[in-house]
Amino acid sequence: MSPDLDTVGGQLDALASGASSARELTERALDRAAHAQNRLNALISSVGADHALAAADAADYNRAAGRAGPLSGIPFAHKDLFCTAGVPTTCGSRMLENFVPPYSATVHERIDAAGGVLIGKANMDEFAMGSSNEHSYFGPVHNPWDLTRVPGGSSGGSAALVAARVVPFATATDTGGSIRQPAALCGVSGIKPTYGRVSRWGMVAYASSLDQAGVIALTVADCARVLDVMSGFDPRDATCADRPKIDVAAALARPLQGLRVGRPRQWFGAGIEDGVGAAVEAAIAEYARQGATIVDVDLPSSEYAIPAYYVIAPAEASSNLSRFDGVRFGHRCADPKDLADLYKRSRAEGFGHEVQKRILTGTYALSTGYYDAYYLRAQRVRRLIANDYARVFADVDVLAGPTSPTVAFKLGEKLADPLALYLADINTVGVNLAGLPAMSIPCGFSQGLPVGLQLVAATWREDLLIGAGHGYQQVTEWHRAAPPGVSP
Amino acid sequence: MPVSVDSAKVRAIAELARLAIPSEAEAVLATELSAVLDLFAALAAAPVDGLAPLAHPGDPTLRLRADLVTETDQHEAFAAVAPAESAGYYLVPKVIE
Repeated sequence: MSPDLDTVGGQLDALASGASSARELTERALDRAAHAQNRLNALISSVGADHALAAADAADYNRAAGRAGPLSGIPFAHKDLFCTAGVPTTCGSRMLENFVPPYSATVHERIDAAGGVLIGKANMDEFAMGSSNEHSYFGPVHNPWDLTRVPGGSSGGSAALVAARVVPFATATDTGGSIRQPAALCGVSGIKPTYGRVSRWGMVAYASSLDQAGVIALTVADCARVLDVMSGFDPRDATCADRPKIDVAAALARPLQGLRVGRPRQWFGAGIEDGVGAAVEAAIAEYARQGATIVDVDLPSSEYAIPAYYVIAPAEASSNLSRFDGVRFGHRCADPKDLADLYKRSRAEGFGHEVQKRILTGTYALSTGYYDAYYLRAQRVRRLIANDYARVFADVDVLAGPTSPTVAFKLGEKLADPLALYLADINTVGVNLAGLPAMSIPCGFSQGLPVGLQLVAATWREDLLIGAGHGYQQVTEWHRAAPPGVSP
Repeated sequence: MPVSVDSAKVRAIAELARLAIPSEAEAVLATELSAVLDLFAALAAAPVDGLAPLAHPGDPTLRLRADLVTETDQHEAFAAVAPAESAGYYLVPKVIE
């Protein structure tokens, strides 16, 4: 049997046995990336093949010398908002089209030190604002399962690259669902850890109290393996927590027998497609078959999650994105007549429509006379939502439900109605408001398109998520399904 | 609290946000922002009496660190990515005549 070269675990086995070299795996990833690019548009910033192959050769050398790191020789892609010294970092925006950062994100430093081989930077919604990847300055990403459909967003490039078996893992970030929703729509696994588990240093900020880096891969075991490398205390991020690491081996060994699974009634309300609901119910039934206890639970404040999120995230964005002023880095307009003109035109030219809209929304919510009614009230609602989750986790280990109410929709289908696009995150944003760890794993198909099962656990309990997700993948095959046309 | 935003309001917010919005885009943005504000109206019904605002998950406190110099001089690296720079200064249009 040929080795499984699509997963991190399989590639590490092949490297350890000598069946493959890091150079071979990197050449394979580069070939596949080139083959997929015309169809998917999933990569935007290039590392350069020479650069990637040199890193692969270094990994081969280190392995031969007995110094292999935990990801030595594994090709991967970053979502293009992790700063990479010497490699362009665009954030999907014209504002940073020509930006080459002078330093690297902590996440990149850690994966690099572990031996990972960066092959490119993945397309994304501009500044991570979107749920369809249609808001990228560099054009939309196409879903590998159906090229006329969206891959989800904002980490659409990361999810598409993993689904198309270009790389065995990609980094991603999740502010309101941006790891889980594209993972669901592309039929791959994605984990968003607890807020504070992974350093945000060197990650271009959207909404700082919500942003969290994570991983997209084919399996939960791979997600856990990479998260283990990425996570941990970083003094450079004031909100990065100084906590013990996840015991990944113990988490993977957790049995489903005796697991207490909560089924939030509010996640199965109006708007859930029949096929999505059926696949998710079947997955929950599988948990019951494996000896888990299923309990219906209530998250009564769920209806407030979307409005609270669309106050808080744009408010933080309007502040964070004020740094893009055409002075120190990024796009500058031509021939500014004065300093105000320089600021205003550089920003208007550099930011796309959705980003401008969210900046205006946030500016409005924070402005005199509206701060109490919108921003402060949204923050109170945020506590209400966090309290809902804290209450249910007294009785259950994980929550399970649909990641997205629908399967991947057609490109352009929701652009005319921006609020419909906002509702794509209806089951995911509450998790970010509360700062909880969550995951999406493939659990079936509807209309021939993948359906994602969202699992959520209490703060710092990624071990429960990893156990529940991995246990499910031990008894099901959905995560092995590949879209058509994946090999060169 | 239904609120609608008109073109004049869009211009005022855009000024605060330092965004040069073309006049032909104001009406579209006014419609879109009004729709977003309609979404926010739901917050008024949320039972939040007595709840403290939550700014960050877990209400973290800021850490203290030793009062030591930890940053190194990287001005050349930072100047290298500036749109216009000279002798270690960022260049902008003249502010004071």
